[in-house]
Formats: sequence, C-alpha cells, structure tokens
Amino acid sequence: MASIYQLKRVDFIFKDEKDWKMILKNNINRPAQELINELISSELKGRGGAGFPTGLKWKLTAEIDDLTKYVICNADEGEPGTFKDREILSKVPFKVLTSMAVCGHVIGSKEGYIYLRGEYFFLQPELNKAIAEFEQYCKEIDFDFKIRIFMGSGAYICGEETALFESMEGKRGEPRNKPPFPSTFGYMGKPTVINNVETLAHTYTIFEYGAKRFYDLGVQYSRGSKLFSVSGDTPKPGIYELELGMSLADFVEEFGDGDTKAVQVGGASGFLVPRKRFGETTIGFQGKLTGISLPTGGSMMLFNSSRSMYNVLDNYLEFFREESCGQCTPCRVGCQQLLNGIKAVKRGEKNALYLDKLLRLTETMQYTAKCGLGQSVANSFSSIVENFREEMIY
Amino acid sequence: MAKKIKITINELAVEVEQGTSILDAAGQTGVIIPTLCYHKDLCVAGNCRVCVVEIVGQKRLSAACATPCEEGMDILTNSFKVRNSRKHIIELLLSEHNADCTRCYKNGNCELQKLASDYKIMTQDFIRLVPLKNYTIDQFSPSIIKDDSKCIRCQRCVRTCEELQGVNALTVAYKGDRMKIATFFEKPMNDVICTNCGQCINHCPTGALVEKNYIEEVWDAIADKGLHVVVQTAPAVRVGLGEELGFEYGARVTGKMVAALKRLGFDAVLDTDFSADLTIMEEGTELLTRLKGALVSHDPEVKLPMATSCSPGWIKYIEHMYPEYLNHLSTCKSPQQMFGALAKTYYAKTRNLDPAKIVSVSIMPCTAKKFESSRPEMHDSGYRDVDYVLTTRELAIMIKQAGIDFMKLDDLPFDQLMGESTGAGVIFGATGGVMEAALRTVYEIVTGREVPFEHLNITPVRGMDGVKEATIRIESPLEEWAFLDGVDLKCAVAHGLINAKKVMDSILSGKSIYHFIEFMACPGGCLGGGGQPIPTSPEIRRKRAEAIYAEDEGMKLRKSHLNPEVIRIYADFLDKPMSEKSHHLLHTKYAPRERF
Repeated sequence: MASIYQLKRVDFIFKDEKDWKMILKNNINRPAQELINELISSELKGRGGAGFPTGLKWKLTAEIDDLTKYVICNADEGEPGTFKDREILSKVPFKVLTSMAVCGHVIGSKEGYIYLRGEYFFLQPELNKAIAEFEQYCKEIDFDFKIRIFMGSGAYICGEETALFESMEGKRGEPRNKPPFPSTFGYMGKPTVINNVETLAHTYTIFEYGAKRFYDLGVQYSRGSKLFSVSGDTPKPGIYELELGMSLADFVEEFGDGDTKAVQVGGASGFLVPRKRFGETTIGFQGKLTGISLPTGGSMMLFNSSRSMYNVLDNYLEFFREESCGQCTPCRVGCQQLLNGIKAVKRGEKNALYLDKLLRLTETMQYTAKCGLGQSVANSFSSIVENFREEMIY
Repeated sequence: MAKKIKITINELAVEVEQGTSILDAAGQTGVIIPTLCYHKDLCVAGNCRVCVVEIVGQKRLSAACATPCEEGMDILTNSFKVRNSRKHIIELLLSEHNADCTRCYKNGNCELQKLASDYKIMTQDFIRLVPLKNYTIDQFSPSIIKDDSKCIRCQRCVRTCEELQGVNALTVAYKGDRMKIATFFEKPMNDVICTNCGQCINHCPTGALVEKNYIEEVWDAIADKGLHVVVQTAPAVRVGLGEELGFEYGARVTGKMVAALKRLGFDAVLDTDFSADLTIMEEGTELLTRLKGALVSHDPEVKLPMATSCSPGWIKYIEHMYPEYLNHLSTCKSPQQMFGALAKTYYAKTRNLDPAKIVSVSIMPCTAKKFESSRPEMHDSGYRDVDYVLTTRELAIMIKQAGIDFMKLDDLPFDQLMGESTGAGVIFGATGGVMEAALRTVYEIVTGREVPFEHLNITPVRGMDGVKEATIRIESPLEEWAFLDGVDLKCAVAHGLINAKKVMDSILSGKSIYHFIEFMACPGGCLGGGGQPIPTSPEIRRKRAEAIYAEDEGMKLRKSHLNPEVIRIYADFLDKPMSEKSHHLLHTKYAPRERF
C-alpha cells in the first residue's frame, strides 16, 4: 500500500521560547473555557504514549469542585529508547513551566510538580533556576502558581500516573486501582492533571500559534507533530519532530541503514514491526480506518539483520521482570514465566508449541494486569514471537 | 439512602446501591466470585486478579473487588475469557508457590489450595519458579513462622499489620520478581517491632504465615507418666474452638472442650477465667490505689490513666512504641501468667505435687501468649511459669489427631482448684470485658452497691466500635473511699492496635481525661485473637462476642470478687490483693524496646 503522507519534519517544540512571558500573561487572562475549547479543537492527545485527549483531561479536572488541585508534569521518562523529555526540559523548560501555569489557571490549581526521573538528577540545578525565574515573573504579574521538582528514584513503574502519585506521597510506587481517575482522585486524593513533558510543550505551541496550526498537521485521529527518539541501527540517531501519520516505510527510508529488519515502535512496551509490514503501518493513534496504526511515546528502535530478535525479546523481558512493581499476579509472575519460557524453548527444554501457551498467557496479562505495564508486555512479546518465531526456537 | 442503579450480572437484571463493588453486587445476587487478596477486614487491594470479571463492551477484564458498579453495566462472571484468564492466574500463582501441600501446616485450610481444587489445576505447564528463588523460612519468632516460599504476595498481612494494627512490622520490599513481604532490613521476626499478635496469620490465605506449634511437645508431656500436665483455657477459646470442629461460628462449646481436654489426657483441666477473676482483684485494687495516690496524695509518681496489661501483643506494642509510658501500665501479669505462676506454687502445694514435675500448658486464642510465656521474667514460680502455649487451632488439631468426635461429647465441668470462674472472667474474651469486669467489682468495693446497669451489663463498653468510652459517677461511697465521692470515673476501651495508637496519641497530646483504659491488641478483643480459627471477619467476631456475653449471662456468679476459689486463695495463700506474695507472683515489670 502506498503511503499517503510523506515524512514531514516540523519545528515547533525546540523553536525558541523567548515569548513565554507574553504567552503566560495573555493566556492566564483568557477564560478557562476558551482555553479548554482551544485544546479540544486542536485534538492534541497525550504524548506519553497512552494518547488521552489533553483538552478533555483539563476539562474533567476543571469541572471538579475542589479548592486544592494539582498540576503534575510527568518527567519520569523511562521507556527504553525514549530520550526526548530530557531535551525539552534542558532546551525549552519555560514552555513546560508556562503550560503548567496555564493549566493551573484553567483547572484552578496553585501548585505544580515536576516528577523528574531519578536518573535525570543532573537536570535539576538548571531546572530549578528556570523555576525561580518563572516564579519571580509570576509574582510580578501577580499570578499565584508555584512549581516544585520531585525527584524519582529510578523505578520505571513510577511513570504510571497513579504509581507516580503514590511515590510522591512517600509510599511505594505501585499503581492504584482505577477508577477513580486522577481527574477526581489524584495526588493526595485531590483532582489532578498529569501531563507528559512533551504534551505540555505542545500545548505551548497551541497557545502560541492557535489550535488550527497544530490541527493542520498530522492525519485524522492523530493531529499535530511528535518528537521521536530514534535509536538502534541508524546512521542518524537523535530526536526529530515529525508529523504524525507517517508511514513506517517512509520513516525507515529516512532513518534506516539500508538493512532494516524490524522497527520497535513505542519502546519495550510497544510493538515490533517486521520489514514486510513497514508499508502498511502508520505511526499515530489507533482509530485509522485502514492498515495498522501504532501509537508511541516516541521511541523508535531500528534493528538490522545482524540482530537476533531472541536477544531483543530476552532483553525486554528481563527489563519487565525487574521493573514490574510486583503487586499483581499476571504481571509479576507472567513476566517471569515469559522470560523463563523463551529461555527454556531456546535451550530445547520446552518444545516450540510452548510459545503458543506463552502467547495465550500474554493475552491474559493484557486482559487482567492492573496497569499499563503488565497489559503492554503482550505487545512486544506477541509481535516478536509471531514474526520471528524461528529465531525464538533455533 | 444511596441511589439505586440497574445492572446485569450473568444476564440477570439486578438493582444495587450506587458505589457497590461488582464483587458485593454479585454476592447479593447469589453469584460467587473467587477472591484471594480481598478480605472483609481490609482495604481493597485488587492485586491478585483472581476476581476478574468481564464487563461487556470492554476489552480488558476488571477486578470485581475494586470496580464499582455503574448504571447499565453488563457483567459476566463466568465467560470464556474470564474462565481462561482466571485459570491462568491460578496457574501462575501456583508456579510461584511452594505447593508442597501435604507437608503444609495449612493443608486443608488454604484459600489457594481450594481454588486449585475448584478449578482442577491438574497440570504443571508453567515453569516452577520456586526452585529458582532463594526462599527462606523465618522461624526465629516464638510465635510466628514466616515461609516466603508459600507467599502469594496478596499483601493481606501487610494491610493487616498496617490498617488493623498500625504496627507495620511487615511491609513490601523489592520489586518485580524479587518483590516480597519483608521486615525492617529483613531482620528475623523476633528482632523487629512485631507484637506477635498473629493477625497476619489470621488473614493469610496460604501457609506463608503460621503459628509456631508446640503440639508434639505437649503430646510428649502427656505421654510422660512422671509429669503432671495441667491445662488452662482462655475465655475466648470456648467460643471459637467449635468452628474448627464442625460447629457454626460463635458456638459455645465450653463443656465439650473440657471433656475433650480430659480425653486428650491432661491431668487437670483448669480455667484461665479463674485467674481472670484474680486479675480483677489485683488490677481493681491497683486502680483504687492509684486513684488514691493521684487524687488524695497528689503523688507525681502515680500515673493515670492506668492501662490494662492482659494482652501481650499490646504490652510489646507499648514497649516498642511508647516506652516512656510504661509506668501507665498496670503491673498485673496477664491471667495466663498469673495462672502459670500459681500452678507451680499454690496448686502444687495444695495438691502436694513437685512443681518440677508439673507441665503447665495453656490454650489461648493468641499467638502473642507464646511469646509472653517465653519472656525471661516469667519464672516467678522458680520454674518457667507456662511451659507451652497452644492456640485454639492447635487444640483443634490435637482433638482431631486423637480421634475424638467432638460433636458427640457430653459436657463436663472444669476440675476444681483454679477451675472455678464467674461471668466476669468469661467476658475477658471480648473487647470491653476486662473493663466491665473491673467496674462490676471496683464499683461495688467503693460503694457497697452493684454497678448501676441493668443485669450488670455495662453496655457502653460492649460492641465493636474501635474506641469506646464510659463514665461512671461514684456517689455516696463507703467511708474508706470518701475521696471518690462525686468523681466521674472515666474509662476507655480500645481494641486493635490501630485504635490503641489513637488513644495513646490522645494521651500524648494531653487531651486524654481517662482514669482507666482497657487495651486489647486484636480486633474484637481475644475472641478475634491471632490464634483463633481462620477465617475471621467482623461478622464472625460479632457472633463470638454474642456467645461470650451469653456465657456470662448464664453464669451463677458474675462478679470476680464472688468467685469462691478467689476468696479461698486469698485466705489460704495470697493474703490480700497487692500483698507481698501477690507482688511476687502476680505482678511484673516492663522493658522499653527499640522502635523498628
């Protein structure tokens, strides 16, 4: 199938942020409803990977009647192969801070937190300087909003929003049962908007240029641009802002090394796409009418023919086995079984049909795990095992 | 009243109150959904995922315990998808569980085993993970054995230790495949803040947490003809034991229990209720002495409120958590330890027995009693005062081993000499019971009249509220107690250590206005003790409490000071309450402990 959209580079996110004061001042003087409507009409969806409509998230939280609410920026960027949020926070921190403050204005919150990945401690001094400058300006314009950094401690699971709240509350970082959702019961049990770093940077773009400029990018259901962290067997690894809706074939054309065997879209919790499916796969949120549409938090890992897909899967599963919080059965035990299972098949201790038993297990994990981690292990497992079965066995 | 919403469960239309969980809604319509991490005493965790159900229209399954019903929900609890997933989850749990069932202490009373049996998990398709892990068994505690290889990480113990007890001796450590239930720095259970209350055992669905049992030791002692084995039975045992042996919850089996103990071969079957009555004499006197010291002499050394000291879980808790408040504790030993000290002195002397040849066994609803009997100071008789402590559950095991058809036994009375008791001793088994028993006696000592409550039932201190309060005004006392005239005697009762913590914190903040407080470590008091039959729930504890109070109502004597054996022991042996001999045998000291 021919690709409909050509790969288009975009330059919004890292464009200068010199106008942040003006944008802050203008937008906190606009009615909340107007800002919500603008976000909704932009069709911006969360850039952390889950793709929840940002405008709706703000709206739901704004509608709850509570004197205390929180705005949290999720900077616990832990998905293997993702390194875009780090760049945003070091290059354009004021965009993120501005959007947090505007969100505070929209939902009625005076407190914001940046949950910073433990490994990103080196960003803290610069970020604190930016926050100090930002808060100083807020004081000047008589706008009451404070931002604090909360340092994570290195657990992958704390990127899951409710585990993140637990972690911030001083508890063990374990996902909560949902419902209730953060819009009603978030940090400290209060209504909370929690957005990914990049999502907030995009809202800045929308405040700066209007919803239409954003909406005009991308395709139906997947509007706007997105940062991609490109890594693996590529001659040009790095971070690129691209329009959503591109075909994976075009992407590989641009970034591959000519021998690309497969691309892992969305990190360890995402999907592996083999070469034969590059043409029919587009990068964007689900809902496209034809072909396969894959969402991603931005991680794009390319593998060439020198790579063993068994090793790739082994590596992912080891990661999950260790990073599962361990509370729910399907995820904790499931990950151990998958890892030990493929090892046993490889060693010939279990026959190849055992892989089918494991595939059915990943279905159960997807249906029953408490949070996105356990639910998404099935993605990489099934897409790798189904497409590279012989590499698992021999 | 909450709004009603309409839902469908397995194609049956039902109406439930808004906010009802799917699990409860199913229960109301007669649909049973299996659970493991769910427990009626605890907050919802939703982590075992055994209770998953299908909500039509949703791709993912939902945990029935953690998902509230919503208008129009179409729920399937036994669909193809649900069945397959549930079976997978049970298989996964078994793969990580040391399913050595025939050698397991909980064999026959294990929720995982029951699920495996219900779902007929006959194959072992998944890889056994147990041999891949370095599991340890912690046997250092005198009360509790913790076997990580049998743990299914439901965290019921963790929630119990936190929510019911406020102790947090058990918490979750590590993550992923290494995630486990651990103590502070993985120290052994005898070396941490654990109070030995055993509530974790009562709430554990598998054999990961069990009591350390002394069944064989007791059989050996019985078999040794040269030994005289006396057994005492705590008040709460008689309303729990039946549950293990075919009776309904809260059945009163006092006479059958005595008959069974005699058949087991104990040389004398005696009653802790006797020493409970004795406790009232000592503790009541101590209270009056303290009141006099505080109200008349204004002695700053005399501490009020005075706190009860019957519950060894509570004692260890205050030693860890509020060591600076140990002088608020009554110096009275618990009834078990009073009994033990007397068994090898008064009883031995009266019966003309060599105390060295007496083995003193107690049947307790409690695992902390095992620890208490091992405390080094509990040797006032010159020997170890109580040699072995068995839980209600262990006694039931012995009765089964001995081939006794418990239901067919005829009732028998306790043996004489430390076997006589009053209703006041019986109610020690329920929360508020010590307080009520004390008030029945103290009020009468002070005023010469019975407590002003119908049938002596001091209802304000009864029931399952976590903290209960009562005020009794003392009017026209006897001359000796004139200083108490018009005094409002303020009492409080707390059960479950989380409630004890609340009361202690109110004392710390200086807001407490109480004179006398009863503390019990376990929810519901001893009848909900960590050694009682499993399962436990608020409903079960309520039934046991009803049985306790029915037992009290049925007694001829209901005031401790009227117990003829108590009167006799003071006349023949102890002289009077708080006498020198009493001090030596019936009172004790406490020691501060570290707070981790």
